[in-house]
Amino acid sequence: MAQDHAALTSKPNDVTPVSVPAGIDLRINGEQFHHSGDPAMPLLWYLRDVLQLDGTKYGGEHGEDGADLVLVNGKAASAIGLPMSKLDGKQVTTVEGMADAKGGLHPLQQAFIDEDAIGCGYCTPGWLIASMDLLNRIKDPGDNDIDTLPNLCRCGCQTRVRRAVKRAAAVMKQGTKA
Amino acid sequence: MSGTLKLSRRRFLQVLAGTAGALIVGIRSTRAATTPVPPDMLGDALYDLGVYVRVDADGTVLIGSRDPETGTGVSTALARIIADEMDADWQRVRVVPLGLGVADDNGKPRWLYGQQAGGTGNSIPRAWRDLRSAGALARWLLIRAAVPLLGVPPEQLRTEQGSVIAPDGRRLGYGQLASAAAKIALPSGPVPLKTPDRYSLIGKPAGDAEARAIVTGQTAYTLDQHFGDTLAAVLAHCPWPDGQLTGLDSSAALAIKGVVKVIELKPDPRLPLGETVIAPAVAVIAENTWLALQGRLALKLEWKPGASGGESSAALEQQTTALLNSDAAPTTRVRDDGDIDKAKRKAARRVEATYYQPWLAHATSEPMNCLVRLDKTSATLYVPTQSPQQAWTVVQRLTGLAPDQIDIRVPRVGGGYGRRLDHDYVAEAVLLAKEVDKPLRLFWTRDEDLTHDYYRSGCVHKFSATIDAKRHVLAWDQRVASASALAGRGVPVDHLWSSEVSVNQFPAGFVPNYRSDWLGLSSSLPRGPHRGMPHLTNAFAVGSFIDEIAHALKEDPLATHLRLIGEPRLIPQQGGGAVDTARLANVLKLATDRISWKDWLHSVNGLGLACWYMDGAYVAHAIEVSMKGERLTIERAVCAVDVGRVINPTGLEGQVAGATLDALSSALNLAITVKDGKVQQSSWKEYPLASMAQLPRTVEVITVPGEGDPAGASFLAMPTAAPALANAVFRVSAVRVRRLPLMKELLRLL
Repeated sequence: MAQDHAALTSKPNDVTPVSVPAGIDLRINGEQFHHSGDPAMPLLWYLRDVLQLDGTKYGGEHGEDGADLVLVNGKAASAIGLPMSKLDGKQVTTVEGMADAKGGLHPLQQAFIDEDAIGCGYCTPGWLIASMDLLNRIKDPGDNDIDTLPNLCRCGCQTRVRRAVKRAAAVMKQGTKA
Repeated sequence: MSGTLKLSRRRFLQVLAGTAGALIVGIRSTRAATTPVPPDMLGDALYDLGVYVRVDADGTVLIGSRDPETGTGVSTALARIIADEMDADWQRVRVVPLGLGVADDNGKPRWLYGQQAGGTGNSIPRAWRDLRSAGALARWLLIRAAVPLLGVPPEQLRTEQGSVIAPDGRRLGYGQLASAAAKIALPSGPVPLKTPDRYSLIGKPAGDAEARAIVTGQTAYTLDQHFGDTLAAVLAHCPWPDGQLTGLDSSAALAIKGVVKVIELKPDPRLPLGETVIAPAVAVIAENTWLALQGRLALKLEWKPGASGGESSAALEQQTTALLNSDAAPTTRVRDDGDIDKAKRKAARRVEATYYQPWLAHATSEPMNCLVRLDKTSATLYVPTQSPQQAWTVVQRLTGLAPDQIDIRVPRVGGGYGRRLDHDYVAEAVLLAKEVDKPLRLFWTRDEDLTHDYYRSGCVHKFSATIDAKRHVLAWDQRVASASALAGRGVPVDHLWSSEVSVNQFPAGFVPNYRSDWLGLSSSLPRGPHRGMPHLTNAFAVGSFIDEIAHALKEDPLATHLRLIGEPRLIPQQGGGAVDTARLANVLKLATDRISWKDWLHSVNGLGLACWYMDGAYVAHAIEVSMKGERLTIERAVCAVDVGRVINPTGLEGQVAGATLDALSSALNLAITVKDGKVQQSSWKEYPLASMAQLPRTVEVITVPGEGDPAGASFLAMPTAAPALANAVFRVSAVRVRRLPLMKELLRLL
């Protein structure tokens, strides 16, 4: 496999190298990675096949189901529709990167547990990422805002996800006041 | 030291001592009997050992869950049944999915844990009958281990939250006792089970035991499991299940660096559906998924249709309608109570209607996939299956290995709905793995998953009801036409009806003259088990039709229902059991009270109701909708259920809400259609599960407290959602939707 995982410290930011080896540098959940393989490879397969970071799921070829959502520079994006070539210099967050470094859960993760907003759980990472994107944009989302979540779920977790998003929003609001 | 206690005729509970002072109650396979299992290998050992309960010296309790977890909450519920019986501290319990428990019984398989099946609605009833004894035995042993340490006879000791407690309050944790408990001689007979007043976990709410792992992305489904250096395989199936490959040029695919092989697969016509390849296919095997997908894109394929090439949904429906309107004898007269023809002649009033329901796909979130490692003496598979035993059968046939050389592991499954009771994808994975010398992952893309399924057949229900002068239904005549899910599966013709209609379904037994005919259709599209079958289709038609009777009688549909249900009594069911009419009326009353049904005629919005029963459980929905122009909004959805004893209220509420939304999603939007023998839906855009905005914002769940043995609930709440919705739509729009999917038909009729 041509891709390798470069250590964070091996790329000083203040020096522009004279000849850059072909490849893509990106940060995933705060860690630096270097991809020198096929630039057309979608991020989803890079995450799953190369890094074995399997929290981001395959749902379909066109990403309409939202199981493959990740945050790119803080905004939700479909990992299967995103070739590695577009990710140079970008910051990617997957569900594995939602908790803090000490393993403390993000309020959304805790709210999904508290509201039991889980069916088979396969689509749950996608819902979490979409909800995080929503809360990044709208601090106190109403029902109409929550209606815009793009994810599909056959187990029918939508009503519980709705409660979880509201609960997380309330917790986060309190957190910023304190 | 170890011992054995009889659990059932062929299975035994056993007790082992782990090397680091652990107590293990479970069932041993032959391999474990000869191999000491180091506790630090527990993750792997569980697959060998099949423990139900393991108490470690540090007080951790591991509980093995034998049934596949497809999202029905069964792993949590089964673990809580065992944990309650042994008085474990739930905070210290970890639930571990068990693989298939199989031993070699002179070349034949012996199933170590009995039936292992998920999503079939009977995991909890089965566990209630046998798994409690594993917990009871562990508790019995731990108490006896405490006797010499506390100096108190066993009768005076009690247990609570992972401790044995003496009358004076001294307590010993289970972890401290595990090692000694493993050396206690087993009781001579079965250990008594707890009485319900002593339950500490059963009936109390608990979230999914795996929730933390799921929300942090740590739960590994089959698609997330890895063997080192694994090849990826993707498939292009023939658009026609009975078609054939007439041209294959794989040179461009093989020219891609990293593409390893291109292999042709064919169904074995001697085998039943679901045990062989689903349709002719070409597989591309490559070093990773992305390369395999590019290889598939580079294939040049020519397919030729078989007889199915002439099939279309429109033509099939024309034939069906013609058949139903003719005097053709039914394939099976399922039930014939009283004298329907005589009763029809006495008609004060007759109501007739015909309902059309489409074909459906399973559309599991996690697509079909399988991870296989094969060598001459073993096969190790990760399989997202609802029936590990059926998967074993398929693997054994293709590999010829001995029963216990096949290791089937079942991680959490990304949705089942009946699709994973078939194992075509396992056959494909094993056939491909035999052609390479590395482990292999088979992966179906979404287009393959939607266009190659064992679909739920579409169906047409034609009803005629005869009403007497006192508004009682005197005669109920129904003719149902569908293509049986059991055809092609070795089931005799006179039993094909049983997947399509239930002999005991509402209102059979409630009306004096009742006839149920089933007319079999033939189709080349494969069919198979589907969530809620046969209740889902029948409840939509029956629930809509009773509402139409109410309309014809110009009365409140609740009154029509309650008259039809009648006095509190037990109605015997063919094949055993009885329907309790009081429980049925009760769920209906609870749901309608909650939604303020008495305002139904005056409400600006539309209210609809429906009720149903199955397998000892009762359900009713009441739904409120509004319409602004062509925009339909489901304002409220209330569901009342009576399942007897509730193991986990949180789990039950989740199942009821989830099943309601799933049923609404199907009823609103979904249909599989066929043209020139090809399935026309190949993406979520064409098979659009309901979006968040289309679904109700809450599902209000009402649970009747019960004390009878628990009934399964995984799809209980599905059947009544669609008829309650259609009835509410009628009330708000005066448009009667007799054809699903509802949105398409409503917009056509408006």
